[in-house]
Amino acid sequence: MARVYDNRPRISAGMALAILIATGGPAFAQIDLSGMWASRNYGDALQNQPGPEPIPVDYVGIPFNKNGLTRALSYSYSQFSMPDRTCAFYSPAYLVIGPFGMRIWNETEPLNGSTIAWHIGGWEDLAPMTIWMDGRPHPSKYALHDMSGFSTGAWDGDVLTAYTTHMKSGIVRRNGAPHSDQATMTTRFFRHGDILTVTARIDDPVYLTQPLYLTRTFEVSVVAPARTVGQPCTQVNEGVPEGAVPHYLPGKNPFLEELTKTYGIPADAALGGAETMLPEYRKKIKDGYKLPERCPRACGGPGGFPLRPN
Amino acid sequence: MFCRTFRDRKTRALVVAMAALTLATVQAYGQGGRGPAGPPPTAKVAEAFDPTGYWVSEITQNWRLRMVTPPRGDYMGIPMTAESKKIADAWDPSKDEAAGNQCKYYGAAAIMTLPERLHITWQDDNTLRMDIDAGTQTRIFHFGDWKAPEGKPTWQGDSVAAWASRRSPASRPPPASRYLQVTTTHMLAGYLRKNGVPYSDKAVLTEFYDPIQEPNGDMWMIVTTTVEDPAYLDQPLILTAEFKKQADATGWEPTPCSAKW
Repeated sequence: MARVYDNRPRISAGMALAILIATGGPAFAQIDLSGMWASRNYGDALQNQPGPEPIPVDYVGIPFNKNGLTRALSYSYSQFSMPDRTCAFYSPAYLVIGPFGMRIWNETEPLNGSTIAWHIGGWEDLAPMTIWMDGRPHPSKYALHDMSGFSTGAWDGDVLTAYTTHMKSGIVRRNGAPHSDQATMTTRFFRHGDILTVTARIDDPVYLTQPLYLTRTFEVSVVAPARTVGQPCTQVNEGVPEGAVPHYLPGKNPFLEELTKTYGIPADAALGGAETMLPEYRKKIKDGYKLPERCPRACGGPGGFPLRPN
Repeated sequence: MFCRTFRDRKTRALVVAMAALTLATVQAYGQGGRGPAGPPPTAKVAEAFDPTGYWVSEITQNWRLRMVTPPRGDYMGIPMTAESKKIADAWDPSKDEAAGNQCKYYGAAAIMTLPERLHITWQDDNTLRMDIDAGTQTRIFHFGDWKAPEGKPTWQGDSVAAWASRRSPASRPPPASRYLQVTTTHMLAGYLRKNGVPYSDKAVLTEFYDPIQEPNGDMWMIVTTTVEDPAYLDQPLILTAEFKKQADATGWEPTPCSAKW
């Protein structure tokens, strides 16, 4: 009798496991993130759009500790002119504070088609980022840090969560507000149809007193990538003498009152700190805030928008 | 037939175990299976995450546009029309107050970006209530087949809510995580920015509330808001805000609307 059934298709343990994978659990759930995503910067252009640079000393809403504030105040925009620092500020954190869109694609395992990595292309000033999905461990804490850092990812349900370590020191705001090379970043990619919300949590034991959450939105784009998307940062020489590092010594930053002069915001607030993030901080600055009569710079308006770089 | 096909005892046991596991997985997500007929679960029972409790916004971006009243004419970042600019240029907060319109910046389109605390509760099994201390406002999210009653528009409008999935419920594997999606219409015309950038009573608001559960137990909620306004916006405006869940009502301080501060 047994021989009769030998010719019938049988489900082996391996096939059954394959069926389970195909029909089963959340560990295998994935949302497609691949494509071209256009930036949607509908906020403070001084912080996240190309063109107008932010106020140098504007750290409102950043939970700096004393070290972070000191380092931030030492920063000079002229450091961009140094060949070795042209690209020095663009860690993966720039993904949520920069102006550009992004291209995302997946890398598949050649035999079974599974996604072993998600890639986020570089921009004019951001190094490409790879999020490994194959379960590999992070390198030793003694391993080299680079501008891309080392990222691993996992699906938390249908939300991709990436964890990044081994970054070089970078910025959390485009005015040189720093994070250290000990910082880590946890990035969530929430897709809602054609809109992608990316939220990064930055933990920095050196410069921050608590995690900093930053969010940016993107929208599916059918437009071919702009030239700057896909081109990683390249060094340039603008003639700064070798050995010179533009900076400000403690107490010598000339822009301490720039935010106050321009926007009427109290100078204490400009220095940031965790308390500046919370609603009750409004009570503290209510009497010190002087509403400017008119918008002083980068005012936007019809026709002035959109700045919609891909 | 089963025994004939799966002759090997170990294989049979494995398949039975995996079938049970698969069924359990599907049922756990409440998306599939052919369970006994019955009324659909209430929104409260089917919640994707627990939104109830106190939440505080952390203002880490766009600070000068959210924490203080921005100066007249500061429109950067808003895809406004020429008509919108005319209205915004004529912004007069004293006039707004005199006319009883001091809550124009506390309407549904902008209120989630304010510095504030939320208190979210279930009003009933299919209605979520969000009290907001900034401006002492209340938003009501209706689940199910709720129909908006006739009546005058309000600052917070009529909101229809659903626990949404990123994929079809019928997809395999079934959707594993969901979020709260809210669509709001029938709002009074208000301000997108406190310095008078308007949205019209034709505006439609779509919001996505995504939870984050941190390994240390902290709970966050990321709110992505899309404002579509055929009258005053050239394209949809997308705003975001982050809220951290609090253990209690610390800091909860309802304050009245203010047109100037």
